[in-house]
Amino acid sequence: MKSLVESAPEFSTEATPVFPTESPILQVDNLTKVYTLGGNPLTVLRGITLSVKVGDFVALMGPSGSGKSTLLNILGCLDRPTSGSYYLGSEDVSIMSDDQLSDIRCRYLGFIFQQYNLLPQYTVVENIEVPLIYQGVKIDEKTKSRCESLASLVGLGDRLDHRPMQLSGGQQQRVAIARSLANAPSLILADEPTGNLDSSTSIEIMSLLRILNSMGKTIVMVTHENDIAAWSKRILRMRDGQIESDTPNVPIPIPAGLRLIDPNVLINIVGEIGEI
Amino acid sequence: MNPLTIGLLALLAVVLLAAVATEKTRKSTVLALRSLWLHKLRSILSMLGIIIGTTSVIALMSIGEGSMHDALEDIKRMGATNIIVRSVKPPEDSSKRSFVALYGLKYDDMADFATIPSINRLVPMRVFPQEVRRGNAKHNSRVVATRPEYSEINQLDLFKGRFLVQDDDFLMRNVCILGSTTASTLFPFQDPLDKDVAIGQFIYVVVGVMKDRMPTGGGGGSQAAEDFNDDIYIPLNTARTRFGETISIRSAGSRSAEKVELHQVTLTVSDIDLVRPTGVIIEEILNNPRKHPRKDWALTVPLDRLEQAEKTKQRYSRDLGLYASISLLVGGIGIMNIMLATVTERTREIGIRRALGAKQRDIVTQFLIEAMVQTGIGGMVGVAIGIGLVFLLPTMGQMPWMIELFGPPGPPPILHQESILWALSTSIGVGVIFGLYPAFRASRLDPIEALRHV
Repeated sequence: MKSLVESAPEFSTEATPVFPTESPILQVDNLTKVYTLGGNPLTVLRGITLSVKVGDFVALMGPSGSGKSTLLNILGCLDRPTSGSYYLGSEDVSIMSDDQLSDIRCRYLGFIFQQYNLLPQYTVVENIEVPLIYQGVKIDEKTKSRCESLASLVGLGDRLDHRPMQLSGGQQQRVAIARSLANAPSLILADEPTGNLDSSTSIEIMSLLRILNSMGKTIVMVTHENDIAAWSKRILRMRDGQIESDTPNVPIPIPAGLRLIDPNVLINIVGEIGEI
Repeated sequence: MNPLTIGLLALLAVVLLAAVATEKTRKSTVLALRSLWLHKLRSILSMLGIIIGTTSVIALMSIGEGSMHDALEDIKRMGATNIIVRSVKPPEDSSKRSFVALYGLKYDDMADFATIPSINRLVPMRVFPQEVRRGNAKHNSRVVATRPEYSEINQLDLFKGRFLVQDDDFLMRNVCILGSTTASTLFPFQDPLDKDVAIGQFIYVVVGVMKDRMPTGGGGGSQAAEDFNDDIYIPLNTARTRFGETISIRSAGSRSAEKVELHQVTLTVSDIDLVRPTGVIIEEILNNPRKHPRKDWALTVPLDRLEQAEKTKQRYSRDLGLYASISLLVGGIGIMNIMLATVTERTREIGIRRALGAKQRDIVTQFLIEAMVQTGIGGMVGVAIGIGLVFLLPTMGQMPWMIELFGPPGPPPILHQESILWALSTSIGVGVIFGLYPAFRASRLDPIEALRHV
């Protein structure tokens, strides 16, 4: 067998049952967002219309203040649009209550942040468990071994009981990626996932995201670095709250010789935990 | 176990169950314990108010319980569980005037009393003044003809020898026990044991001498002050055979005679709560007009004093509990303060949890549990210290510097068990009440803002 990174793009993509392959996983229509700052309305998003298909890997780019983070927050159900509709799968998320949004977040979405945002009091495994807890899943040996497998998947199988403080930035971000996979999400939202990392670690993380994408995960990623956007399949550029350009991209290949984990291990893990 | 206690117990059980019921709450409990352990000094400082509060609740309640127990024991020594029925000479009936006054309680009445199940001791007695002689020495004593149980109900202590025994009564022995004054008058500088005294025409052998005893105060109503030191005790049956039912009394030149079967019956009731109902039953029995056409008896229930004491006790406990609750309240404010600081400190964590799917109520629950774990543990530590104090205080009170500071030690505290439950549930309740506001504030945070928080 070839090394994992070379063989990665050939992984079969299994459709998630909730969202059929050909239909868009998210559909945004004429979305606006207006903040009120000191009594003055501040329009951040001016009519965004966007559709993302299952299995896509979208990079959202743009200068600061262009509204890309706001859009990602709305896509991540952390914020609600002022007007316009947002369908996630077949559900209109823009009119949901706070509790319903929480439910959507913990069932269908995975988050990766620039700041990693791990819980410092928890170990690696416990951090990965958090989304499952809020799903109301009973934590038992099965879920525990699933979380351990996810940690192995991102190459941290030997650091299960470490706390975030004991890990490097790249390792913390890998824990965050494993955590974003815990609830087998349909959509992964990444907010500058490599923003705090050096270039070689960035390559590791992006390779990992590429592998996940090739395994069928839809990813929407905010970045302002062209090098990072180059890993995606589609690049959206934003300016002043509007989409300036929307171009398909041929993702750069995962560098040969970069061995994240043993492919046999990966196959075993995927076979073991089924859907990630 | 009163209903309040049971209610509090149930509340505690519910809280404990809730803390381990679901995955979320269990995680929150573990997390709360872990962060307590992580910030030991801060935890101790923030829990200090609760610790001091519960300690003082338990210590104060126990000290109160101890001194009240002491006071109650005092009253009980005076006979709180006793009911005293005595014969009272009715107003002279001018129509049939006779030389011998005939009135009072009968053996028959006593047999009736004996059928009341709540009574576990009946002590009949005849009390009449007689002159006791020993050689040339004379003493105007009060002859008390009674049964062996008399010394128990009256808390008399023997100086030497023995008190009456059952056989004295059955065999109608001529034995007597002297009160301390009687003894010292008849036997100055001598040991009275095994010597003889004369009462009326008969000779009695002294078998015991009582210790000096403080006379009881005439505690309200018909109970007269009694000086036990002038007494001389003889068996009841002996008195019946030697003196007969009619007793002539010579005093200050006049002579009178009376026929009274029993002067007094002291009844001991098995439980203090049964004293009043038993008193009512006795009254019913004695109100029978065929047996007692005139009211020639009086009933004394020393419970009045006891009830007063009980009321004092309740007021005392309530006040002490109130003072101690103030420190619990202050402790609660401390907890709220620290929880608000925690919420600010952990804003980012709240954002992360919200992003990962925590609902607002999950956040509320988490912070509430955290506050409750703090106050609960503070409460438990306080209870432990409080119990420790209760057991240490009697020893500490004996230390010279303690005596110098606080004077001689009071009665030893008695662990007030309900106060443990009370203090624990109050401290957890304080956690809930003072944790609510910080918890709600945490849950209202905007997840995006919270995530951006440094």
